[in-house]
Amino acid sequence: MGLLRAVLRHPSGRIGAAIILLFLVVAALGAIGLTPHDPLKQYVIDRLKPPSGTYWFGTDLLGRDTFSRLMLGIGESFLVAFASVAVAATAGTVIGLFAAWWGHLWDGILMRIMDVLLAFPAILLALLIVAIEGPGVATSITAIGIVYTPIFARVVRAPALALKGREFVEAARTFGSSQPYILSRHLLLNLVAPLTVQITLALAWALLTESGLSFLGLGTQPPAPSLGVMLAESKSMMTRAPWLMVFPGLTIMLAILGFNLFGDALRDILDPRTQERPA
Amino acid sequence: MNYLLQRLLTFPLVLLGVSLLVFFAIRLVPGDAIIAMLGTEAGLLTDAQRASLAAYFGLDQPVVVQYGRWLAGLFQGNLGISTTYGKPVLEVIIARFPLTIELALLSMVIALAVGVPAGVFAATRNNRPSDLVVRLFAMLGQSTPSFVFGLVLIYLLSVNFHVLPAMGSFTPLFVDPLGNLAQMILPSITLGFAFAAAVTRISRSAMLDVLSDDYVRTARSKGASQRDVVWKHALPNALIPVVTLSGVEFGYLLGGAVIVEQIYALPGLGRLTLDAISQRDYALVQGAVLFIAFNFLVVNLLVDLAYAALDPRIRLGGR
Repeated sequence: MGLLRAVLRHPSGRIGAAIILLFLVVAALGAIGLTPHDPLKQYVIDRLKPPSGTYWFGTDLLGRDTFSRLMLGIGESFLVAFASVAVAATAGTVIGLFAAWWGHLWDGILMRIMDVLLAFPAILLALLIVAIEGPGVATSITAIGIVYTPIFARVVRAPALALKGREFVEAARTFGSSQPYILSRHLLLNLVAPLTVQITLALAWALLTESGLSFLGLGTQPPAPSLGVMLAESKSMMTRAPWLMVFPGLTIMLAILGFNLFGDALRDILDPRTQERPA
Repeated sequence: MNYLLQRLLTFPLVLLGVSLLVFFAIRLVPGDAIIAMLGTEAGLLTDAQRASLAAYFGLDQPVVVQYGRWLAGLFQGNLGISTTYGKPVLEVIIARFPLTIELALLSMVIALAVGVPAGVFAATRNNRPSDLVVRLFAMLGQSTPSFVFGLVLIYLLSVNFHVLPAMGSFTPLFVDPLGNLAQMILPSITLGFAFAAAVTRISRSAMLDVLSDDYVRTARSKGASQRDVVWKHALPNALIPVVTLSGVEFGYLLGGAVIVEQIYALPGLGRLTLDAISQRDYALVQGAVLFIAFNFLVVNLLVDLAYAALDPRIRLGGR
């Protein structure tokens, strides 16, 4: 908790945390159905209404309330982002840890497989997975999860390798501590810092990729609202109903900004030497 | 082992892995290959016709044999036939490649032209208001999806100037350079914006690192002017991470900018792949994905070589 307090003292960390909290609250309200209007109901007489007291962010071509749809869309995007990062962080950590611990041949094999996955631009690998599984939320989670696994594997492997050679790990081995104990207690616990930073930044990237896939029609399927789908739908009506583009656009930006700010603050605090590095 | 040697030796290995992944991934696609090729017309086939087609395409062979044949074909530049275009896959891909290269180059030029000066400027004014403004823009650039920025650009143009970016038929560079540039400028700015943000951040932090180095302090104490210190002494070393970042990013862009090409209706590699997926043209998907991954690997290898040339410490196997 000392870490959280430190992040909250960091100016960009504070702003990032506030944004993330706001989005989580909005998504939770949307998930339990506390939206101003029914996000799927078509108020046919109120089609393409500009923002007003009744429809805060206006309505779309089918007369659906943009604000209510955004509330649900945020939840959808966050669900995919959190689930896919959970997949990537778990798989990547396990692979990275074992590559470092077993070393030699296993290290070579596992990390070359990671190199193969890294050879595909993220959105392309995701497209390939969509081609196999068909579009949908589960596919987005799998795709983004697989895309980020090698990044976590690399983030974990290098420090794990360094830790493996340290005296306290040697000592634990001579005492006869079990492998699972050493791996979880001595290695994993010391990797929490780099992992936390990577998770936060990966969440920003996952949101970006998820909205991109949905924008291309490969993620969340209509009529379920998703930020990317809403933007794709707004394109043909941008001059008549710019609010359909502005609000979802700002929402995606703000959400990604929140995680980026938070992640940057974390990195500054945990690793003061390097202020910035490419993701 | 020497880092570069190791890098060169594992390169074909990774390439082989990529080909394996692409080949078997496509075979995971549900449904049989003949139906995928012929669509609903496959229903009209008799069992004998189906069997002879399978034999013709080698689909009756074990998967390992199929992979071996496909791999052998790759070495002869044979990526199969695209069912939607009725042409060799490689030919279809090569036709789209110039646009993708041009788009990648233009956005990189924009990113470097904006990002490096902005980063250097911010670093020399560390934590002053002007530095914070640059950092804020870089942060926003990094957090804005390309389709949001692209749509905003189109909207601003169409509302304020009542012009829509030239879309529809694409004008190749060598046919009409100006017409081509008019089509490419908005997509390039869209891609260049996020790219410039990344370049700004990395050049700022690299510059800050270098400016605190001993040799820069020595140059200062010898009375070198601020301008000389920044541009002559510090910048060359600060550019090393910028080279890496730009190289990797360029490699990504050579894979086609799926989303930006989609927004601006540009017929590049990204849209080709996307369309191939929706049309279930698996030979094309397979070929395009392999082509893109291959380019990405080659560019990354070149970046590593350039990195080693710029920084002798890498050559000695420190990394």
